[in-house]
Amino acid sequence: MFGKLSWDAIPFHEPIVMITSAVVAITLTGLLVWIVVKGHLPYLWKEWLTSVDHKRIGVMYVILALVMLLRGFADALLMRSQQAIAMGAAGYLPPDHYNQIFSAHGTMMIFFVAMPFVIGLMNFVVPLQLGARDVAFPVLNSVGFWLTATGALLVNISLIVGEFARTGWLPYPPLSELTYSPGVGVDYYLWALQISGVGTLLSGINLVTTVLKVRAPGMDYLRMPMFCWTTLASNLLIVAAFPILTATFAMLLLDRYLGFHFFTNEAGGNPMMFMNLIWAWGHPEVYILILPCFGIFSEVLSTFSGKPLFGYRSMVAATMAICLLSFMVWLHHFFTMGAGADVNAVFGIATMVIAVPTGVKIFNWLFTMYGGRIRFNAPTLWSIGFMVTFVIGGMTGVLLAVPPADFVLHNSLFLVAHFHNVIIGGVVFGAFAGYEYWFPKAFGFKLHEGLGKAAFWFWIIGFYVAFMPLYWLGLMGMTRRMQHYDVPAWQPWLIVAAVGAVLIAIGIALQVAQLVVSIRSRVALRDRTGDPWNGRSLEWATASPPLLFNFAVLPSVEGEDAYWGTKQRAQAEAKAVTEPDYADIHMPRNSATGFICAFFATILGFALIWHIWWLVGLAFVCAYATFVVLAWRDEDEDLIPADVVAKLDRANRAARVGIGQAA
Amino acid sequence: MLDPRGPIGAANRTLLIDSVAIMLAIVIPVIVATLAFAWWFRASNHKATYLPDWEFSARLELVVWSIPAMTIILLGGVTWIGAHQLDPSQPLDARTQPLDVQVVSLDWKWLFIYPEQGVASVNQLVIPVGTPVRFSLTSASVLNTFFVPQLGSMIYTMNGMRSTLHLQADAPGRYAGMSAHFSGDGFSDMRFTVQAVDARAFETWVASTRGAGRTLDGSTYLALARQGSPAPVTTYASVDLKLFDRIVAQDLPPGPGPAVERQGAAETPAATKTSRKP
Amino acid sequence: MSAASPALPPGSGGGGRHGRGAHGRGGTGHLAAGLTAEGAQSATKRIVVAYGFWIFLISDIIIFAALFASYAVLTDSTAGGPRGRDLFDLKLVAIETGCLLASTLCCGFAGLGANARRNGLYYSSMAATFVLGAIFLGIEVHEFVSMIEAGAGPSRSAFLSAFFALIGCHGLHVTAGMLWLLTMVAQVYAKGYRDDILRRLLCFSLFWHTLDIIWVGLFSLVYLVGVAP
Repeated sequence: MFGKLSWDAIPFHEPIVMITSAVVAITLTGLLVWIVVKGHLPYLWKEWLTSVDHKRIGVMYVILALVMLLRGFADALLMRSQQAIAMGAAGYLPPDHYNQIFSAHGTMMIFFVAMPFVIGLMNFVVPLQLGARDVAFPVLNSVGFWLTATGALLVNISLIVGEFARTGWLPYPPLSELTYSPGVGVDYYLWALQISGVGTLLSGINLVTTVLKVRAPGMDYLRMPMFCWTTLASNLLIVAAFPILTATFAMLLLDRYLGFHFFTNEAGGNPMMFMNLIWAWGHPEVYILILPCFGIFSEVLSTFSGKPLFGYRSMVAATMAICLLSFMVWLHHFFTMGAGADVNAVFGIATMVIAVPTGVKIFNWLFTMYGGRIRFNAPTLWSIGFMVTFVIGGMTGVLLAVPPADFVLHNSLFLVAHFHNVIIGGVVFGAFAGYEYWFPKAFGFKLHEGLGKAAFWFWIIGFYVAFMPLYWLGLMGMTRRMQHYDVPAWQPWLIVAAVGAVLIAIGIALQVAQLVVSIRSRVALRDRTGDPWNGRSLEWATASPPLLFNFAVLPSVEGEDAYWGTKQRAQAEAKAVTEPDYADIHMPRNSATGFICAFFATILGFALIWHIWWLVGLAFVCAYATFVVLAWRDEDEDLIPADVVAKLDRANRAARVGIGQAA
Repeated sequence: MLDPRGPIGAANRTLLIDSVAIMLAIVIPVIVATLAFAWWFRASNHKATYLPDWEFSARLELVVWSIPAMTIILLGGVTWIGAHQLDPSQPLDARTQPLDVQVVSLDWKWLFIYPEQGVASVNQLVIPVGTPVRFSLTSASVLNTFFVPQLGSMIYTMNGMRSTLHLQADAPGRYAGMSAHFSGDGFSDMRFTVQAVDARAFETWVASTRGAGRTLDGSTYLALARQGSPAPVTTYASVDLKLFDRIVAQDLPPGPGPAVERQGAAETPAATKTSRKP
Repeated sequence: MSAASPALPPGSGGGGRHGRGAHGRGGTGHLAAGLTAEGAQSATKRIVVAYGFWIFLISDIIIFAALFASYAVLTDSTAGGPRGRDLFDLKLVAIETGCLLASTLCCGFAGLGANARRNGLYYSSMAATFVLGAIFLGIEVHEFVSMIEAGAGPSRSAFLSAFFALIGCHGLHVTAGMLWLLTMVAQVYAKGYRDDILRRLLCFSLFWHTLDIIWVGLFSLVYLVGVAP
């Protein structure tokens, strides 16, 4: 009846897990009760859960990422404390638990923190920057988000029901095959990522189509803000790379479920093929994450320097070059396989070539700051912190691309330090810069500046304290994923690293405090102009938060830095403002499809993991039925009459003109 | 690895330091410039010139593209030469006959077979100082990486495949060896010691090993291949010389993994779950 | 994927609202600081939908490419088991191919029928597409079953794993396509030739043609090359 599922699946004997789960369950129940009792449920359902508005979906992506960041970071604290005490001792986490923790940490952070964070920001910002009313496929957008949430939910269910993978964040076979990992952990991993991978792919298709086909009049390719370009590059990579991930995981699933022999030791299977395939996805993946962040830094640095982005066309070329090159370097993840000197050298040099466009970007940011009037708000701090940190990470990356250096550093803590250096220093800092920068646009009030800056300083100092020792440990020969060790010289450095993790934890706590304080004092932090930073691109031409339809009349773009140019002209014309002609607007109607679909996808995934075949069939039929029902709808748009549009827009215009006159 | 005791390790370190030096030449100025620009052009500094429309300079763009490009060309040359000189399958010294050692990674221990000497050991590798060692490596089960930091380059061990690595110890001593690729629950204990000794001590060790201990053949190997850790240092007085080839050819089946291993013994939660099907 | 419900650009309209001309009207007015709204030039809904669907199809082709790459790698990993030339029955595969090609032709006719609002042509072509697709699937299932019965199932060797996965993936796509076909017939029956339904039909047609193109690749590279000595 319930497949492999039984009461044994719940780890009653592990107090850490049980207490954590209980706390989470109580918190969630409390939240739910509060929502219901306060009568917020209809609002939540109508305005958020079934919303197909790109802004709402973007915000929900970011909320998902922030919540998962807490979970992923808790894992990081567990790991750092385990390694700090496990010198010649067992520590407090047995290997089977410790191995789940580092696997879950990597999986969470990449797939359910970094990915939703950047996708959320792209979703929120890009249609606004393009001067569009929504993305190309709003319902698909909602489905994509909810499938991502499904994946995150499944990974979290594995904490309490069964186990998570013990194979690392990429389940290399043969270790991940049924022979060596007979439990449900790898199945949780695979199904969670298959489902969320479909969501990511849908979102990628959507954003590519949006950037290429849904732009305001006059918004030519070479007038698009840098963030739109990097979004395009990143989503092209999603469309090209995620299918490889899906196919690869499908093969591993076939091996595990139906006795196929793609990656097994037996019957001619080829585990090395998995490594090639997974990194053919995996290397583009890191650029999927970092490219949008490069876009964010471009926006932030140019806005806060009060200057256009330096070398815009050069930046576009560099972005697309990185996009292309990222597919040609996957082999550098396994130089130590013994592929031969020529192959290693070619892939090593190809990897280094990526450093050229990346270096160009750094220089262009440098010259963007040159001659500027730099305002040191929190987004600026994150950006400058990024520039300093990322060049170090880039340098160690190029170092790892030298095969003979990789022969002694591969899989060491040096590698761990390197990719945290680029992911924290690049992606996380970028995501936080974007979070601080666009928060007032999303909610109509700024985040508390002082707490934001304090959080930044704890993060960046914590980062250096946590990861510089790991570089050193890597050079001392410590390899990654050790549950315990017996080299006394390592322990002091690991204790320092643990202190660094605590500093980052304080940074995160300050960010939580910042959010709470900002919400409480939202009246004082209110942004009435829609343009709190003196921005340059079209999102700042809208109200904060933007109206449902973003633009009452679609803007007409006449150059780069569209909004900046408009502001300049308007000031010159001394506000000869006449009212535009308002017209009716059609907006996509809310749809529960995404939410319902994800509900059945969760059941489907869970049933597949535990081999509950009847439930698999049921959930599949229901998911299919959801789409047929969706296809059956007659009306998918609401009409907003011109006079309502006019009424909503006039208030916004009034505030804006007032500011303009003051300026 | 900062304290290498062999030619490969020393060359790895030299290359590492050279590459860092080349890159620091560009990285340090960039960091300094970032901080300097950010400080000088702060909004409150009225002495700094404000260039609100300065967004392009063809000359600067040329410089901006060529600095990283030239650095990479230089580093690419270093890489090409390094990758060829330090290729793990490259013999160290054509004049000296290398010592052959066959390495098998098991769950979770290392087996070293000396085909010329006809002996074998677990989790202990004894090699003569100053003699190149030619390792042939494979895995009995999952992917592992053979790594002795102080001797230099590492390499994967893969089931059904054979990889080759040349190393040499120049100074006598005991060096830590490990698996550098996560391989399961016993991974952290998958360590071995390398004893680099002079030629006479090596002969003595071989002789004493031959004198005592069991024979390593197909059936002892299968017992050894079952999961377990940490494994004590063991030596074998004689060894089936075809053993390594039979493992590579999968003539001897791959390691059994936990399900078979723990049958009848205390069941793990994972094994319980798989076996229970109402 | 027929579920995509694009909503842009405003004025190019949902079902049946084509040509309403509600593109943001040319206004000389300034939006607060002077954003004029000239006629929106973004693509029509039909183009956006087809464009997005093409991108989806590209991603789907990449899945096949990954499966094909692993098939190419594993072709010789037969673990002592049968090879392609011991298993493939080219005559059957030729019939299969013929069915799929003919079904694609019918699918094209169905599109013509829908555009011309000719019920007879539309329904009969869709029915023919379905039947031919079903024959294709039937032959494929027969091939799979007889191979498994002969002890040449996917668990026999890595080569056969890759074969079953690659061809089976195509078969699953055909199955999904047939389910989609049925819902398209039902939608036209219940709702008529509405614009949004015609857009979905366009996507379905693209999907079915792509399956055909992929099959031609599989037929040549898996079967024809497979039986070559």
